[in-house]
Amino acid sequence: MSTDRYLFTVLSMGLVTYIPRWFPLFFLARRRLPQWLIEWLDLIPVAILSALIFADLFTTQSPGRLDLFQIKSLVALPTFLFALKTRSLGGTVIVGMSLYWLADKFL
Amino acid sequence: MLKLRSEIGFDCEMKFTTTLIEGFKAAWPICMGYFPIGLAFGVLAQKAGLRPIEIALMSVFVFAGSAQFIAVSMLSSGAAVMAIAMTTFIVNLRHFLMSSSLAVYLQRADRKFLSLFAYGVTDESFAVNMAKFREREWDKGRALVVNHVANAAWVISTVAGGYGGEFIPAGSFGIDYALSAMFLALLVFQLRGRIYYITGILAGALAVVLSLLIPGNSYVVLASVLAATAGFCLRRHVQRKKGIHVN
Repeated sequence: MSTDRYLFTVLSMGLVTYIPRWFPLFFLARRRLPQWLIEWLDLIPVAILSALIFADLFTTQSPGRLDLFQIKSLVALPTFLFALKTRSLGGTVIVGMSLYWLADKFL
Repeated sequence: MLKLRSEIGFDCEMKFTTTLIEGFKAAWPICMGYFPIGLAFGVLAQKAGLRPIEIALMSVFVFAGSAQFIAVSMLSSGAAVMAIAMTTFIVNLRHFLMSSSLAVYLQRADRKFLSLFAYGVTDESFAVNMAKFREREWDKGRALVVNHVANAAWVISTVAGGYGGEFIPAGSFGIDYALSAMFLALLVFQLRGRIYYITGILAGALAVVLSLLIPGNSYVVLASVLAATAGFCLRRHVQRKKGIHVN
């Protein structure tokens, strides 16, 4: 592929990625938001995180299939409980990695 | 006067250093998680015929993991530019929701800052910054440092992969689990009451079902919007039942 065409591809990808990131910040951040919108947006982080995590843990990709008991979902339970108990981000990452490494080795 | 000015300068410098350090501290789990994914991306891109400079260009201009993986496989199968751009747009539309949530905490930022900040909004920086903003120990400077440290880690690891990252064995020390573990902890930080648990479980269940039903990853946006709306209605319903007036 020519350099020009590649550059054009990457630039157009960059543009369509940047706009959804930029639009709400640029237009919402500097005005008073209605109370209902603030309350609704308050629930968005927990919803997005759960959506990303559940799909990652409980399905396999290509082919997309339900798989409730794979190593990453089994390790998720003790990792989740550790996070709940300690509320430590760094600690949870270390514990999760170690458990996954062990489980991958021995299971 | 001179002394005063130098003291103020020193003070600013201290503040700047603290901002950098705090930002770095918050960003390290992201970097840890990006490293194996970035390497894997670089290796894949190199196999698809991209040079390290081309990999760097994509990581700098796009800065979005899954979209870049998809783009590389589309490039090697000879897809049209338009098709790649459309797919990228749909894959990354979820950032629209994240930026909307972040906007609540960036009310006093000017538009130049917001335009720069928007560049670094990813699943990971969003989750870390939201948790920090919630604890009220965060400001826009630190949040921006998180965005850019994560960006640097992404660019460096993808380019490293392009130079032949195969020499690092896959799955060393469970590093493939770093991002999953980080997301689990960040999810815990968001669970601040019953309504958050309900919304989370609903979003998760919807995401699993929808991801199996519809191709691509638009299930993230769909599941999140549906679950947040249901959670919102439920909360309003309970408030009304208890006779709490809400505007």
